[in-house]
Amino acid sequence: MTDDAPRTDDAPRRLRVLAAMSGGVDSAVAAARAAEAGHDVTGVHLALSENPKSFRTGARGCCTIEDSHDARRAADVIGIPFYVWDLAERFREDVVDDFIAEYEAGRTPNPCLRCNEKIKFAALLDKALALGFDAVCTGHYATVVTNPDGSRELHRASDMAKDQSYVLGVLDDRQLAHAMFPLGDTRTTKAEIREEAARRGLFVAKKPDSHDICFIADGDTQGFLAKRLGAAEGDIVDESGTVVGSHEGAYGFTIGQRKGLRIGRPAPDGKPRYVLDISPVTNTVTVGPAASLDVTALTAIRPRWCGRPPTSGPAAYTAQLRAHGDETEVTAELVDGTELRVSFTTPARGVAPGQAIVLYDGTRVVGSATIATTERRVGAGA
Amino acid sequence: MVYLDHAATTPMLPEAVQAMTAQLTVTGNASSLHAAGRRARRTVEEARESLAASLGARPSEVVFTAGGTEADNLAVKGLYWARRAADPARTRVLASPVEHHAVLDAVEWLAEHEGATVEWLPVDSYGRVHPDALREAIARNPGDVALATVMWANNEIGTIQPVHELSAVATEFDVPLHADAVQAFGQLDVDFGASGLAAMTVSAHKIGGPYGIGALLLGRAYAPVPVLHGGGQERHVRSGTLDTPAIAAFAAAGRYAVAHREEFDRDIGALRDDLIKAVRAAAPDAVLGGDPDPAGRLPANAHFSFPGCEGDSLLLLLDAQGIECSTGSACTAGVAQPSHVLLATGMSPALARGTLRFSLGHTSTAQDVSAVADAIGPVVERARSAGLS
Repeated sequence: MTDDAPRTDDAPRRLRVLAAMSGGVDSAVAAARAAEAGHDVTGVHLALSENPKSFRTGARGCCTIEDSHDARRAADVIGIPFYVWDLAERFREDVVDDFIAEYEAGRTPNPCLRCNEKIKFAALLDKALALGFDAVCTGHYATVVTNPDGSRELHRASDMAKDQSYVLGVLDDRQLAHAMFPLGDTRTTKAEIREEAARRGLFVAKKPDSHDICFIADGDTQGFLAKRLGAAEGDIVDESGTVVGSHEGAYGFTIGQRKGLRIGRPAPDGKPRYVLDISPVTNTVTVGPAASLDVTALTAIRPRWCGRPPTSGPAAYTAQLRAHGDETEVTAELVDGTELRVSFTTPARGVAPGQAIVLYDGTRVVGSATIATTERRVGAGA
Repeated sequence: MVYLDHAATTPMLPEAVQAMTAQLTVTGNASSLHAAGRRARRTVEEARESLAASLGARPSEVVFTAGGTEADNLAVKGLYWARRAADPARTRVLASPVEHHAVLDAVEWLAEHEGATVEWLPVDSYGRVHPDALREAIARNPGDVALATVMWANNEIGTIQPVHELSAVATEFDVPLHADAVQAFGQLDVDFGASGLAAMTVSAHKIGGPYGIGALLLGRAYAPVPVLHGGGQERHVRSGTLDTPAIAAFAAAGRYAVAHREEFDRDIGALRDDLIKAVRAAAPDAVLGGDPDPAGRLPANAHFSFPGCEGDSLLLLLDAQGIECSTGSACTAGVAQPSHVLLATGMSPALARGTLRFSLGHTSTAQDVSAVADAIGPVVERARSAGLS
């Protein structure tokens, strides 16, 4: 049971499944479906906050005593054993510290991808496999397909509107071989998932949805970063280098951001200005018109392939650049096995170093990489 | 199911169920003056006399509470407040560091909110307080001691404290000593009168009685300041309508426990010895927690630490095979933390994370022990491969 070989049969079989239960409705329904499918399911709630009592008391699907209680309550209703595993230290090291360091370096990280790669499908999966489990089950909306040769493919969820394959684009073949997403083939609205939860007697049915960043209690990323990195006043300049305003920390900005720049003087052309570039070295934020945001190409590092790696040479894919972003057509090529070079058919906006680019072939997730540099049609590249 | 978590709670005895259900349909508030009230009062007082007899106490020394936690809080806080009120110099609280959280947290609350100075008494590697340590602590300044509290037997590692000797020391200095005897009652000869204790906590559901009922045995010389104020029941120390059915059942369980105590000590003690042998044979590096001398530990307790294992992993793997035990006290079993009891005995935090407590009880059988014997080896091996997260 601890071998990592992918399974070669498609026949339903009783697996020992560890269901990660956040205390939210999706993971509760996922665990219930896995149990209903006949698997031997054990629920586990990950304690990710080192001081859970200090975190918010609302209901957002992660990190609080209340969420842990909700997850336990759901497990009791489903009728499965339930444990709380303390992965707070790993989470702080691998996700939170990395998140802060990335922002400090002027990049825009996605901590959910990082958590899936390093915590849910690494620390948690490794422990699960060592304890004799066959798979880790989560409430993500994505689909795993097993090929006749036993290899696995990750695909978008049946319902594009809820698809979460983007945040799973970091999973490699071995991780996919042990992943189970019982909500992936659901073509229903969120309301219907809530109805299913209510029908199953899961009182989390009415719980509000979780936000993107579970460890930022109030959703105030800038405040979270300011508290940890301190204020560092610097200039906001335009593309010509003229100082047009000031800021209290370059890390608080994201490329493509328009709101909250607090520039007194309007632009010469009267059009809105956007963050074009963040330079942590000079603590400078560069702003300019929307057209200057157009990215025509990028390079990305740390590629991870979901299943088989791409064939050599440039190939056409669709790409997704944000968790809830649209698909865009690209040509991508892996150079030296470590760097992904991507050019856009139509220029893309709001592309920031640190973000993940996830490549798709139809509905299949090909892989992902972390954006390192971008090329702009006008103005300087980031 | 192999249930080996009797220290958390043990199945209710048929005698207790019968005593309880017989009273559930009877109306009457034991404080009322009419016939229904008199009938309830008679039931309560007979139960009080019975429980007092089971514990070597006078009926007037039995103060019913809603459980062990409440009795511990009443003893620790109530005696502290009363002793300090009588002499403001008395603010020092002497406590063993291996107490249950009901005592531990009450003591810490006094330090945080009521100006108490807490002195944790030293313990040996079995978690035992030596009478000389108590003597040294009191003698340093007998005038400023509010109270001392040392449990009769430990809920995690089963170590029995020298209660009579400790009590003799406290009495010599006129310091009230409280003992949490929740785990000791039913397993050891618990004689409140002979012990010389000022106060002693017992709980029904650990001896086959119902949940939600306990008692503080309270020497007649002591009048702790109440934690709960109200109608003035129970010597004006613990207000609240008396729970007649639960009290009747508590007394029934107490009678059974005392009548069968020697048999329990012999038979369950022998099963426990077999269990320890079996675990040691299957996992030779397992470290037995508490006193290895059977006379020094509760007859129903077996506690182990398994190097390189996470207690939660062991629990999960045994649970999956239908074996129910605990990593320690159920109250700390949310996010796993190394037990304060084990740390106090000098165990390393890493080793203290890999613990299992097997606690036997009146329904335990040789089959339960052989189920553990068969399962434990592979379980430890597997948990070790999962490591410490």
